[in-house]
Amino acid sequence: MKAAVIVFPGSNCDRDCAVGVERATGAKVEMVWHAEPELPGGLDLIVLPGGFSYGDYLRCGAMAAQSPVMKAVVAAANDGVPTLGICNGFQILCEAHLLPGALLRNEKLKYICKPVDLEIVNGNTRFTAAFGERRTARMTIGNGEGNFFAEAETLDRLEGEGQVVFRYANENPNGSARNIAGIINEAGNVLGMMPHPDRAFEAELGSIDGAVLFRSVLG
Amino acid sequence: MTSPAKSMAELAREYGLKAEEYAVILQRLNREPNAVELGVFSVMWSEHCSYKSSRKHLAKFPTTGPRVICGPGENAGVVDIGDGQACIFKMESHNHPSYIEPYQGAATGVGGIMRDVFTMGARPIALLNALRFGDPSHPKTRRLVEGVVAGIGGYGNCVGVPTVGGETNFHRGYDGNILVNAMCVGIADADKIFYSAAPAAGLPVVYFGSKTGRDGIHGATMASAEFDEDSDEKRPTVQVGDPFAEKLLIEATLELMKTGAVAAIQDMGAAGLTSSSVEMAGKGSVGIELDLDMVPQREEGMTAYEMMLSESQERMLAILKPGRERDGHAIFEKWGLDAAIIGWTTDTGHIVLKHKGQIVCDIPLSPLSEDAPLYDRPWTEPVKHPRLDPGQIPAPANWEAAVLKILSCPDVASKRWLWEQYDRHVMADTLEDSATGADAGIVRVHGSRKGLAVTSDCTPRYVQNDPYEGGKQAVAEAWRNLTAVGSDPIAITDNLNFGNPERPEIMGQIVRAIDGMALACRELDFPVVSGNVSLYNETNGAAIPPTPTVGAVGLLADYDDHMDFSNLRDGDMLILIGDNHGELGASLYLRELLGREDGAPPPVDLVAERRNGDFVRGLIHGKLITACHDLSDGGLVIAAAEMALASSIGVTLSASSGAHAHPFLFGEDQGRYLVATRDAARVLADAGAAGVHAIVAGEAGGEAFASKELFSIAMPALRAANEHWMPDYMAAKA
Repeated sequence: MKAAVIVFPGSNCDRDCAVGVERATGAKVEMVWHAEPELPGGLDLIVLPGGFSYGDYLRCGAMAAQSPVMKAVVAAANDGVPTLGICNGFQILCEAHLLPGALLRNEKLKYICKPVDLEIVNGNTRFTAAFGERRTARMTIGNGEGNFFAEAETLDRLEGEGQVVFRYANENPNGSARNIAGIINEAGNVLGMMPHPDRAFEAELGSIDGAVLFRSVLG
Repeated sequence: MTSPAKSMAELAREYGLKAEEYAVILQRLNREPNAVELGVFSVMWSEHCSYKSSRKHLAKFPTTGPRVICGPGENAGVVDIGDGQACIFKMESHNHPSYIEPYQGAATGVGGIMRDVFTMGARPIALLNALRFGDPSHPKTRRLVEGVVAGIGGYGNCVGVPTVGGETNFHRGYDGNILVNAMCVGIADADKIFYSAAPAAGLPVVYFGSKTGRDGIHGATMASAEFDEDSDEKRPTVQVGDPFAEKLLIEATLELMKTGAVAAIQDMGAAGLTSSSVEMAGKGSVGIELDLDMVPQREEGMTAYEMMLSESQERMLAILKPGRERDGHAIFEKWGLDAAIIGWTTDTGHIVLKHKGQIVCDIPLSPLSEDAPLYDRPWTEPVKHPRLDPGQIPAPANWEAAVLKILSCPDVASKRWLWEQYDRHVMADTLEDSATGADAGIVRVHGSRKGLAVTSDCTPRYVQNDPYEGGKQAVAEAWRNLTAVGSDPIAITDNLNFGNPERPEIMGQIVRAIDGMALACRELDFPVVSGNVSLYNETNGAAIPPTPTVGAVGLLADYDDHMDFSNLRDGDMLILIGDNHGELGASLYLRELLGREDGAPPPVDLVAERRNGDFVRGLIHGKLITACHDLSDGGLVIAAAEMALASSIGVTLSASSGAHAHPFLFGEDQGRYLVATRDAARVLADAGAAGVHAIVAGEAGGEAFASKELFSIAMPALRAANEHWMPDYMAAKA
């Protein structure tokens, strides 16, 4: 198995994603600099990591979505390569129109870092299959702009088509519409999520649910 | 009528130089300096850069030890953590700027301390901060808390280094001068440490990072003066940070170091280009010549003076090995950083600055650093508070209210409101942080079984009442916190925050606090490897409480051996380790319940400290205990309550009514720990054999926090008391 982690200027979870994927699945992970026009061949997973690409200046993810490598990422995603955007990566996926909606400033206007309980709304995606019958997961969030927003009809469609993959279970930390924490595209190969599976891949980190996610997609 | 041009002597005074210091400059140069030269002298001789009031006393600190690779004098301290790895760390204040402009002041404090660490070749892996604010009721406090916390988070979160610990106090003594002390810990290969001394003449000097602007000019001088009513006018001397630029700078610097091209390197911190160039050349006993026209500039028409004194952030100065000028080019381009060769090292022993074809500065380096003023300032022995007889301190009228009052007071209440704004988990190596019940933050040394424990400690009310014992206590508490998580304490960084050293009573606080700290460091084999001094924390003649903050690092050979206090289980016995004298002087009990701040602080018996700590560490490594918490603010009651809260289980203490219950429960005697065990008999027997005082103090279980006949508080009420103060306060409800 082979995965690529895209590194933008200001990405800061790139190593965490690589280490998490490697330790959870044994997959070979390549780091791909944002200025590369092409991706390595034969990828089983593309990860857009968290961080503050371009310092979050202009709008979170907006400038990264225009990076040279993103043309190749969009093409690969449209070709069906599993693509995972975490935190800032989720924001980039929205800005690149691989996922609908946008991530707004948190309702309480502050950055929030805390463990959250998640409801696995759709356990039949290629990212969640390994959770089996389990419908809860625990990961941490760390974001200032994690407040998912989309038009009501888009939200209805996402819910109707099973594209809402994760919801905040007990408490909605950032004001996200309908408690949404992660969504997948129609084709089922592009997942964006605010919680960090890349901080939940070993028991001593407080949770292994991120490892379960990585194993789902690369298993 | 136009005002006459200022004389150099007048300008010198304006730049913060004393008349006698200016006289020395005249003598050394044998002529009058020009304005640029005067600017260079004034910042290099500022208290901030020269430590002129404290240097004599700082020499008392032990700074060597088997693990010390580099002690004070470099950008940060370096200690050996085995396997060819080194830990590099330092704590530094950003007090004055944070009071004037809290967001940028705190943010650039975090940025500056990170640069001190990665400039030596380390990747930063953990941040801490020690914050002291004024009384919550002071009209400025809420805004300062809001801004400082947002600034720390805004910077550290973006760069992607976890903020894993710290401390926050509130006291009216900080109404006019808050303290923002930031600490950074990094990891490097022990054989790839980078230093600042220029090794030879004839080497290229490379500037890289952000452009130079007009921000922060004379910041180091501002940080060396008292505040008055006009301090808000000093806002233009506060720098503006760009954490995105810092992130790029870290990656570019570490990549550049890997090429082997770097001969010496230093960040541009306080006093910017002046201190970096002067120190690099001065330490290497060479000269340096800079062409200021080559400096990347953000604004047009900057003068030589402005460029040399600017404290624009996120800038580095490197001296490259011969013929390696081009090595950095691709790296700087990749990371989108400005870079230029701005000069060369020389054999003249002078710093020579050229601007627009003119020589604007040509002065010998040695007077700047080595001949900087050194003062043996007069000091008076601090007035000691007498020890309070516990028997003379009244017991609480209402025990339950007393416990809740202390648990909810600003110094003890949960600081969730602030640390939830800090990314504590980025880098995916955080094992313990502010959110978990533990006495120190713990991060894994990436890719190894090792862990680093980090803590920051000082109890200013103790130092206020007895600087000597308070200084000892700050060091001992840091050692204790590292011990309570199972680590071996290695070394400390100190951040000495005091008032105006020209006042003998303040100088007395400085001298005696350093004496106490130095003794504790020696007795506990806990050397000082880096530090920072922040003086003149005064407004209109009122000084802050003396606050010598200690940042400390401990090593866990195997992080699986680490301990916290969030795993109390039903039926665990709580054993109190250490001697109990019921010391209530300078305690929270006295302050919060009786409105008194007098009394001698609890004395620190360093022999007992070490014995008890080594015993507890043995219990942890021997897997004999399931939870451990040191006793500090609020004594046994608060330690037990915090263990109950972190573990979400009730605790019943065994103290019952009687004349000695409140000194026992609220006394702040030092060198103590509360540990939980399934095998109380074994722990007590081992303690006896080790000559350590230990008693059963309670038991975990049930749904209330109680002490026999004295009080019983349902867990939800206990949690509410601890959690509500800060969010309510910040929402202006408290």
